[in-house]
Amino acid sequence: MTKKTYSLLLAALALATCSAILVSATMGYMQISSEDIVRVIWAHLSGNETVLAGIDQAIPFVVMDVRLPRILTATLVGGGLALSGVVYQGILLNPLADPYTLGVSSGAAFGASLALLANLILPGYVSVPLFAFVGAVATLFIVLHLSSFNGQISANTLILSGVIVGAILSAGISFIKYLADEQVAVIIFWLMGSFASRSWLDVALVAAALVVGLGITFYYGRDLNIMSLGGRSADSLGVETARTRKVLLLTASLVAAICVAVSGIIGFIGLIVPHLMRFVVGPDNRKLIPVSVFAGACLLLMADTVTRAVLPAEVPIGVLTALIGGPFFCVIFRRRQRRGR
Amino acid sequence: MTERSLIKRKQSLNVVKSSQNITNAYTLANVSYAYGDIPALQDVNISLAPGKFYGLVGPNGCGKTTLLDLLVGSREPGAGALLFKGRPLGEYSKRELARQVALVPQDFNIGFDYTVEEVVLMGRHPYIPRFGSPGAKDLALVAKAMATIGISRFAQRYVTELSGGEKQRVVVARALAQDTPILIFDEATASLDVRYTLQIFNEVRNLVQEEGRTVIAVIHNLNLAAAYCDEILFMQEGQILKSGAVADVMTSATISEVFGVESEVRFDPFSQTQQVAYRYWP
Repeated sequence: MTKKTYSLLLAALALATCSAILVSATMGYMQISSEDIVRVIWAHLSGNETVLAGIDQAIPFVVMDVRLPRILTATLVGGGLALSGVVYQGILLNPLADPYTLGVSSGAAFGASLALLANLILPGYVSVPLFAFVGAVATLFIVLHLSSFNGQISANTLILSGVIVGAILSAGISFIKYLADEQVAVIIFWLMGSFASRSWLDVALVAAALVVGLGITFYYGRDLNIMSLGGRSADSLGVETARTRKVLLLTASLVAAICVAVSGIIGFIGLIVPHLMRFVVGPDNRKLIPVSVFAGACLLLMADTVTRAVLPAEVPIGVLTALIGGPFFCVIFRRRQRRGR
Repeated sequence: MTERSLIKRKQSLNVVKSSQNITNAYTLANVSYAYGDIPALQDVNISLAPGKFYGLVGPNGCGKTTLLDLLVGSREPGAGALLFKGRPLGEYSKRELARQVALVPQDFNIGFDYTVEEVVLMGRHPYIPRFGSPGAKDLALVAKAMATIGISRFAQRYVTELSGGEKQRVVVARALAQDTPILIFDEATASLDVRYTLQIFNEVRNLVQEEGRTVIAVIHNLNLAAAYCDEILFMQEGQILKSGAVADVMTSATISEVFGVESEVRFDPFSQTQQVAYRYWP
């Protein structure tokens, strides 16, 4: 792909994401025209209330406090999961890896379930994400500790450690559900993921994680390319493989942990988007990361808009992405097999 | 620190001091390495001079690959001193070292669809600034490396689509593009047929003779080692058992001691080299 085609593609994806945000904001229980949306946002940014003249009083509230926080959270989480997926696939040298390969999702689920079970003193909207985040990070460190030996981490031991720890945590979650009694429905709903009632705090959190994550992964982008030759070769080509691997794993996992803490477990975005984009722009991570972030953002926003405003009843977003993503992934997988790779 | 390790450290430093006046490519003094409790290298003492072709020979699992890992800096010695061009190897940054030493690994698997040219260009990584693009010199060296190894015609194919032998040649080209004074081969021609094996060994031999580069290669085929190397290092159980010029160390006694097979080493008039004949049916 030439530089020009790539720039065009990136611009198209950025434009598509912005348009999707605007269109999504018009959709919902109350139909709002895109012109009104732009006016509300402009009034908010400029502080000039006069542009709101003639608009229903409820509209600014619906747009600024209900829809936009949810829409932007979904967009940013989509980007974050895709970014995390690119990094995981690059480091584990496995196109089938995703942000949850190292058990980040199981850790978050365990933490959240625990918080929901204990009905902690802190209000739910603080304690559940906090516990989910702590659970995800603690799991990550256990997995990293389990898989490092002589200062080296191999892709296979990482995946294995993730599977082992994930299995233990799944058993723990089942036990919590068994203990939970009436709370079990709340736990199950959290596990399926949702963007309902997100606030500007969530937007800010995920945005900060995404910006930092993008900066770090972009800095190490070429090193990550070289690391696809394997650890020994990358070492001999001047890459500080052990350190780079740790920095990138931590970055990708923290971005994923924040996404999970905010939205619950949303599968397939982090797996499919990088995979699909690799078909389009090739494996160079410096090109792959930006397009994947936009594509992930756009895709998850569209999925959330469908469940929020199109379907007669809201389907949990994690279920929807898996229902759409699963079969789609099967198709890619078969095509890959046919190509003999 | 125990008394034993103190004495060993003192001895390593003495060896290092006495060898410092010669600028060896590598000097190893009492170098040891272990994977957890399992020792892989024990008290290795060798000096490798620049401009020579060294063959590293020994049975499977005797520590050859571990030794190469130490030489390229992807592992650090557990004990002993490892000097590169008179300076402790650990003092070099990975990038500095990568401009001096290139590795052709034993196995090559790449999970993603990079083209052959892109992989060979990765050999220029240590020279290209973090956010820079490859310059004219980089591209010229990549083209030259691909032409030398004869892979230019499939430069635009994906490495994932290549056969084992083709991939192996791509890796050799990548190491040549790295343009380093020292080249390390870890059984790099294992999956090549005899034509390409000889082609690559001839190219490498040229680099040693005409450009004064140093080559350290793990070679399982003793006849190839005898034909191309200046010196052979026989390894056994994590130690260097014998080292020296081919004529001095490539003997049936050494081969029997290291590999436990019966053989006869004689001068072969056709190839004009020492060659090993084995007793195939004992």
